[in-house]
Amino acid sequence: MQVHQTHAHGSYRSNTTGFIISFLLTLISFGIVMSGNFPSTLALSIIVVLAVLQIIAQMHFFLHLDSSPSQRWNMMVLIYTLIIVVFLVVGTLWIMYNTGIRMMPMMPMMH
Amino acid sequence: MSATILSAETLHTDHAEHHDHAHEAKENVLFGFWVYLMTDCILFASLFATYAVLHNNTAGGPGGKEFFDLRYVFIETMFLLASSFSNGFAMLSMHKQARSATLKWLLLTAVLGLGFVGMEVNEFTHLVMEGNGPDRSGFLSAFFGLVGTHGAHVSIGLIWMAVMMWQIFSKGLTPAITSRLLRLSLFWHFLDIIWIVVFTVVYLMGVL
Repeated sequence: MQVHQTHAHGSYRSNTTGFIISFLLTLISFGIVMSGNFPSTLALSIIVVLAVLQIIAQMHFFLHLDSSPSQRWNMMVLIYTLIIVVFLVVGTLWIMYNTGIRMMPMMPMMH
Repeated sequence: MSATILSAETLHTDHAEHHDHAHEAKENVLFGFWVYLMTDCILFASLFATYAVLHNNTAGGPGGKEFFDLRYVFIETMFLLASSFSNGFAMLSMHKQARSATLKWLLLTAVLGLGFVGMEVNEFTHLVMEGNGPDRSGFLSAFFGLVGTHGAHVSIGLIWMAVMMWQIFSKGLTPAITSRLLRLSLFWHFLDIIWIVVFTVVYLMGVL
């Protein structure tokens, strides 16, 4: 019972911490873009980093996904999926970028 | 014992002898659902890849810069985040076997989720009415495809939530129902995580 109570307390805190962190990260992301004060390359890098941080925060505080032994298989599937996602997205962009270049109309000079 | 949603450790109120079997079965069911969510991740990845390829193909129609309203999207995002937060409280009440508290938190979660879907439907309706539907350009097809698929997931989550509220109301927090609620909770948090990528890649990058 003691264990149960401590853990329930911990979960309330974890849920609230997750919410506050996510709220702040979202606020900063939107703030940076909406203020328009940042050069777009810099703003782009910052919002990507903030999005990754928020994903990690939500996985940790809401899903309680971590590297503990009981989570091993959940983690394995997640890592495997991320590898597939990277292949899929990077591969698509790479192929379509090249296709785009090859399908460009010929420059007049080249005739 | 760590506090987890992904491992059903806090679930059982059964007798000790049923304990291990019931526990293992629930863990397996939850793991299976997690695997489904990961395949859903791949579905979203292909929609994101499509969007990334087509986002400049506006065919003379409007681009993201012309019609994205970040203030509107921020409020929409807050609805979804708050519903994820409230869903966390529903799960904590469920673990304490507090039936009416669970119902109240789930109701709040559903109302916030409905707010999110309502705002998205409103955004889509305006676009279509102005002649900027998914058939206008490659960019708009990819936009409606990606954001719409997420919205459809949230809507299905809402129907699921309504069914679960009815089940808790009529049968109480039985082991089978708590097991379903855990999966719903996983689904709901997962959709909030996908939305982080949507608002960053589609809306914020679209305006930059």
